[in-house]
Amino acid sequence: MERDKAGVPAGKALPVTIRHLAKHYGVVKALDDVSLSIAPGEFVTLLGPSGSGKTTLLMTIAGFARPNAGSIMVGETEVVRLPPHKRDIGMVFQNYALFPHMTVGQNIAYPLRLRRIPRPEIDRRVERVLELVQLGGYGSRRVDELSGGQRQRVALARAIVFEPRILLMDEPLSALDKQLRERMQIEIRRLHDQLGTTTIAVTHDQREALTMSDRVAVLHQGCLMQFAEPRRLYERPANRFVAEFIGESSFLPVTVEGGAARYCGQVLTLAEPAREARRHLLLLRPEKLVFLNGTADPSVENRFVGRVVDAVFQGESVLLTVVLAGGDEILARLPNRQLDRGGVPAAGSEIHLGLSAEDALLIPGED
Amino acid sequence: MSTVVSLMPRDRSPNVEALRRDQSRERLLLFSLCSPGLLIVLFLLFLPIGWLFFFSFVDGAGNPTFEHYRRIWTEGAYVQIFAVTFQVSVLVTGICVLLGYPLAYCLSQVSSRWSGILMLGVLVPFWTSLLVRTYAWLVLLQRRGLVNSMLIDLGIIDQPLRLVHNLTGTVIGMVHIMLPFLVLPLYASMRSIDMTYLRAAANLGASPIRAFWQIYFPLSLPGLVAGLVLTFILCLGFYITPAVLGGGRVQMIAQRIEASVHLYPTWGPASALGVVLLLLTVAVLLASHWLIGAWRRRIG
Amino acid sequence: MENHVTHRQRLWLYGLTGLVLFYLVVPTFIVIPMSFSDSRSLMFPPRALSWRWYEEFFTKPQWQDALVVSLKVSFFTTLLATPIGTAAAYGLHLGRFAFGGLIYGSLIASLMVPVILIAIGTFFLFAQLDMVNTIPALVLADTLLAVPFVLVTVAAGLKGYDMNQEQAARSLGASRLKAFLTVTLPQIRRSVLAGAFFAFIIAFDEVVIALFLSGGDGATLTKVMFSSLRDEVDPTIAAISTMLVFVTTVPPLLAHLFGRRRRQN
Repeated sequence: MERDKAGVPAGKALPVTIRHLAKHYGVVKALDDVSLSIAPGEFVTLLGPSGSGKTTLLMTIAGFARPNAGSIMVGETEVVRLPPHKRDIGMVFQNYALFPHMTVGQNIAYPLRLRRIPRPEIDRRVERVLELVQLGGYGSRRVDELSGGQRQRVALARAIVFEPRILLMDEPLSALDKQLRERMQIEIRRLHDQLGTTTIAVTHDQREALTMSDRVAVLHQGCLMQFAEPRRLYERPANRFVAEFIGESSFLPVTVEGGAARYCGQVLTLAEPAREARRHLLLLRPEKLVFLNGTADPSVENRFVGRVVDAVFQGESVLLTVVLAGGDEILARLPNRQLDRGGVPAAGSEIHLGLSAEDALLIPGED
Repeated sequence: MSTVVSLMPRDRSPNVEALRRDQSRERLLLFSLCSPGLLIVLFLLFLPIGWLFFFSFVDGAGNPTFEHYRRIWTEGAYVQIFAVTFQVSVLVTGICVLLGYPLAYCLSQVSSRWSGILMLGVLVPFWTSLLVRTYAWLVLLQRRGLVNSMLIDLGIIDQPLRLVHNLTGTVIGMVHIMLPFLVLPLYASMRSIDMTYLRAAANLGASPIRAFWQIYFPLSLPGLVAGLVLTFILCLGFYITPAVLGGGRVQMIAQRIEASVHLYPTWGPASALGVVLLLLTVAVLLASHWLIGAWRRRIG
Repeated sequence: MENHVTHRQRLWLYGLTGLVLFYLVVPTFIVIPMSFSDSRSLMFPPRALSWRWYEEFFTKPQWQDALVVSLKVSFFTTLLATPIGTAAAYGLHLGRFAFGGLIYGSLIASLMVPVILIAIGTFFLFAQLDMVNTIPALVLADTLLAVPFVLVTVAAGLKGYDMNQEQAARSLGASRLKAFLTVTLPQIRRSVLAGAFFAFIIAFDEVVIALFLSGGDGATLTKVMFSSLRDEVDPTIAAISTMLVFVTTVPPLLAHLFGRRRRQN
């Protein structure tokens, strides 16, 4: 595939392998035995709430935080003991960290000058990368003349102009307003596809993570919860935290005995047969529940009867809070066309909800 | 709790030791940036003063003795010197507070344009050399100097006053030097006082004077104490101005120390005096630290 | 700003402030007309005007030699104290050591110790090393006094500086040192220069230590001036004072005004 000089030729993208990374501050574990394998050219997002360790992990890869143990390989090179300036990693900081005493062009030329690239080549590359981020001709502008979105693109340009092995981004879009953020999500993804560089980004916004990434690593209190494609994280979360963090969710306690899963005595039909005899939770995505008004729909294997506690009309759907026979409260999101001519179910009325087997997923419960 | 199992044969990386060493090396590097400064302080401050400390307890033959301290304690001349030093320090500090508090208050109350201009009136003398200012007072205060000439012209006095080469001149000169040291920290602390407290008090019916004493003044105390302590400590150890404007009639500790170095064959007397001065300084610092701490705890 | 006290009620305050400021400022500038007096006496206002005391300063060897000594000492003190203070400020800012407070306290200890003690201490030290009345001795002692000023000034400058930029520079391929020199230093240079200026002035103005550590041919300007003040006042001092007033007040004033202008823009 034909690639720009400012891009990375297909064969040059590198994998990143992180093994058993640990970092603690006193008794607090910022990173707890984290291991990840990132494929060459992949766009991976580290997702999690604050304190999850995602920023620590990124900083460790960049070289600004030193782990207590573990290995980080970029391609064939072990980088965990290298200082940041020897890792050949491009990084976009949350507040962009542009050099105010230099022009846009000088900012971008900085890494090239450090590598002693001849002047004409520098000028060419700077202009090329400015075109790439759609800031052509901005070379002589000063940093304080730029808007937030423009600064972000300069920061990006500066991080990729020297063709780094991998690209890191620390909450690159958090300082932008909503409209700009959504536009930049697409921009960044486009840029990534064009360059092909392995990219690792950090965000706390799950929507952003799901939109931009090939795979997402969900972190919680220093532990890796799950590392998978966005769809898989949503459809098949590995544990309660991931299920709750991504998308809406309700849970029902389920016991497994003799190969059968039961909720309040009722046998459930699941997508995958239950294995271990331990406490489980049935994951209910509100939008997967089907409204059954008395008719026995054979395609829906699991039925639940409950009482409506609250109903909120939200435009294209209605969010219902339902209490089931067992006393558990769950959320159901029903699109308008599923409801009766009668409209929104009244509070206190009985309601029948269905869940097809393939949407019935068990996840490990607390012990 | 890792859910991804490594597919590579080599599972655990044994680099915990290496990483710890990297960490130590980096901290050492940053510490070494401070080391030239620390070396200078060690060899030019702590070491010599430690040496002097030692010498204050040793007599001419090298035997340990309390003679030097005993002499300070008993001889009248020394008692006189300490008395004078304290008198002057308290007097100067007191006058600085009386003149400096209103000045700092005014500076903190006027618009920022005015305070910038007026502040220059404090800063410019502050920046000017100590010798220059001492000389200026010498010129102003002597028999046919500006002050006496003006007073005579205005008919306030007949004979020129003796304003220099005595305690009066020393105090006038020292207040001039010390005033910025009191005003600057005090002003800084006053600026951070929220005026809404006073407006609230006025709202509740307190007269301006009452509001001032019960609310504003206590809030300004930390800055006042900081400036006061700084001024007092500087006065205790002051040399130049008393030496020049005192005309030999005002003997403070610092001058006695200087004289002792040249008068006596050993370091004993000078170092003993020096130790006493140092202890006084430390005592004042500790007392103020404790006072501010106690005040802070009371405020809660 | 609406106030609970009117300007009229404050008249006494403004009056007192005016008097105090007058008291502060006038002596500083009184030396200027004095320096143009023709006579030896300290009479003010001077009866006749002339340049003779300026001539005296620039021709008599006792003053010129002293000036050279003072300039040399101040120059080398600045050269020594500025990097030491800057490095210490930088190291403390980054290091976040457990004993950071102790290190900082030690580095500014010379501010709190009465100068007379530092003077006899260093006099004692250099007497042992047979270095009294040498330029290096004076430079080292003045550096001890100047480092805290550089440290505090640069530390304040670093506080307002975004360390992320240094990290960015390092991620782009610059070593720690290179990142500091190309990115951090250009941005804190105002603080560093201010610190350097302080160091120079402190060394140049220093009297007490110079009294002990310098003498005769190697005497500093301040020592010669002090001796004259104590014994027989030489009116040349007025001329020197005038020049000193300009040197020590004009640069900070300019910096102050420039700073204002820049902030307005």
